[in-house]
Amino acid sequence: MNLRKYLKVYNKFLHTSLASELEYKTNILVDLVTAILSLVGSIFLLSIFIQNSGYIGGWKFEQALIIQAIYTILNGITNTWFNPNLTEIVKHIREGTLDFVLLKPIDSQFFISLKKINPSGFLEITLGFLLLFFCIRINQINLNLSFLTLSLITISCSICILYSLWFFISTTTIWFVKTWNAIEVLRSFLYIGRFPLSSFSFSLRIFFSVFIPIAFITTIPSEVFLGLSVFWKILLEIIVATIFLINSRRFWLFALKYYSSASS
Amino acid sequence: MLKNIIDVKNLSKSFDISSKEPGLKGTIKHFFRRQTKSLKVIKDISFEIKEGEIVGFLGANGAGKTTILKMLCGLIYPSEGSILVSGYFPFRRKENFLKNITLIMGQKQQLLWDLPPIESFYLNASIYDLDKFEAKKRIKKLSEMLEIDEELFIPVRKLSLGQRMKSELLAALIHEPNILFLDEPTLGLDINAQRNLRKFLQKYNEETNATICLTSHYMKDITSLCKRVICVHEGAISYDGKLDLLLKKLSPVKEILIVCRSEEDAIKLENSGFTVKNKIKNEITLKIENNAITSSLKTILNNFDIEDLFINEPPIDEVIGKVLIKKDYDI
Repeated sequence: MNLRKYLKVYNKFLHTSLASELEYKTNILVDLVTAILSLVGSIFLLSIFIQNSGYIGGWKFEQALIIQAIYTILNGITNTWFNPNLTEIVKHIREGTLDFVLLKPIDSQFFISLKKINPSGFLEITLGFLLLFFCIRINQINLNLSFLTLSLITISCSICILYSLWFFISTTTIWFVKTWNAIEVLRSFLYIGRFPLSSFSFSLRIFFSVFIPIAFITTIPSEVFLGLSVFWKILLEIIVATIFLINSRRFWLFALKYYSSASS
Repeated sequence: MLKNIIDVKNLSKSFDISSKEPGLKGTIKHFFRRQTKSLKVIKDISFEIKEGEIVGFLGANGAGKTTILKMLCGLIYPSEGSILVSGYFPFRRKENFLKNITLIMGQKQQLLWDLPPIESFYLNASIYDLDKFEAKKRIKKLSEMLEIDEELFIPVRKLSLGQRMKSELLAALIHEPNILFLDEPTLGLDINAQRNLRKFLQKYNEETNATICLTSHYMKDITSLCKRVICVHEGAISYDGKLDLLLKKLSPVKEILIVCRSEEDAIKLENSGFTVKNKIKNEITLKIENNAITSSLKTILNNFDIEDLFINEPPIDEVIGKVLIKKDYDI
């Protein structure tokens, strides 16, 4: 793989999608306001859940806020990269414009996963980080190298899991053509990631760990922040993320053999 | 001798197609128990295309022309048979193969909708690993050939269909491919835009010796660009050869309208042994075989008092239309 070429192409992707989005100023403003209101609403909801006992799933409000911060960062990444690109796969396949992607001398997964960005998602990422720094202060978390490394690893793994799940569902469009509903279900499952895994019943914990590993996405990085993490959980998250990423790639290459292109 | 750039042997393609009965009952049945059947859309076809040739694929809607093009450029995996394009098996989509080909579809677009076409050109240039200087040079050359200038800087959504198609062509040709697959490139364009596009393709072929495979329902595209046509009927090749031979075969006679000086001359001509289509006063229409036109006209002009005459070619659409409904043509 020619890394220099891919960096050059990604630079062009950034440039063209920013230019496209900036054509619609009002839309960006609405997205920015929505991102702020969404974060305020989520914190408000969390405070309602917590006001009686002072805890949710054994976590205090200021600890649960870390999960909210990580969720906000991940949701920002989702809105910046995954949403504009991975929902477009369905359109590419339904309308047959995937033909143009497949005939370019560039990796098709790279192209369809990163071609667009939604700049308003950057605000959400920024808000998420601001909330995270606030949580680090109020929880008196000691920032050291091992902590930063572990947080980076676990958050990266979360991004990989989230991307792979979404990409996997979008790929099934090659056979089922319409998969909007499945993507909506995944998005609604992601909301669950705003709360600690321990706040759910045992059966739901198993479901969100084994079948749809939403729990890994926010809970494990949050545990790292609070010093509650155990080695096997981090290792498990790394393994799950690697398996998901590799399989999403293999599934895409397998699915392309069945791509019949839309009729003209 | 020119070498083969496309080599297709015993190619077939089947698709699983589901069918549905009409009405609510049919819909419910279709939802719970979908019945699919395998449909062979391309049936054991073989052909070769030489470097620099422009070949037109003719056929009715659903005959399989686009499926053939998509298999040639590597988008659809063939069920049986073999394809070699420029020495590559297309479906492997190797980088060097992809840098050699392009696909242009009249009904689909790759340009970035909200941005001027120039942005899409530079994006494509980076994908094809061209440096900025080379990209600029190629954009300048192609835009001159396509006669587009200011349009390069206007958002695509504000361009006319003709301007958009020219920009699509530029985006698809920036890497200077030597094999072009064109699927109805003039679809929806007005007469002038169609003519300009044809002129450009002709020039591109002459200058670069690129091979062009073209499908179109506009007969003018085929007649002005392609010396050779491949007719596809229900997934099989019904004719593969020179276009003029096909036209001669399909319309072996020409109609000649002769205006005589007097009605007596017209009557004399009517009884002189030619096949008469009709006669109105001093105007008579004869049907004469293509190979006898010169000698017949000589006889007529020498023996009859003629005021005027018109040779009518049968409408090309009508002639080609016959190909679309017939299975086999032996020329």
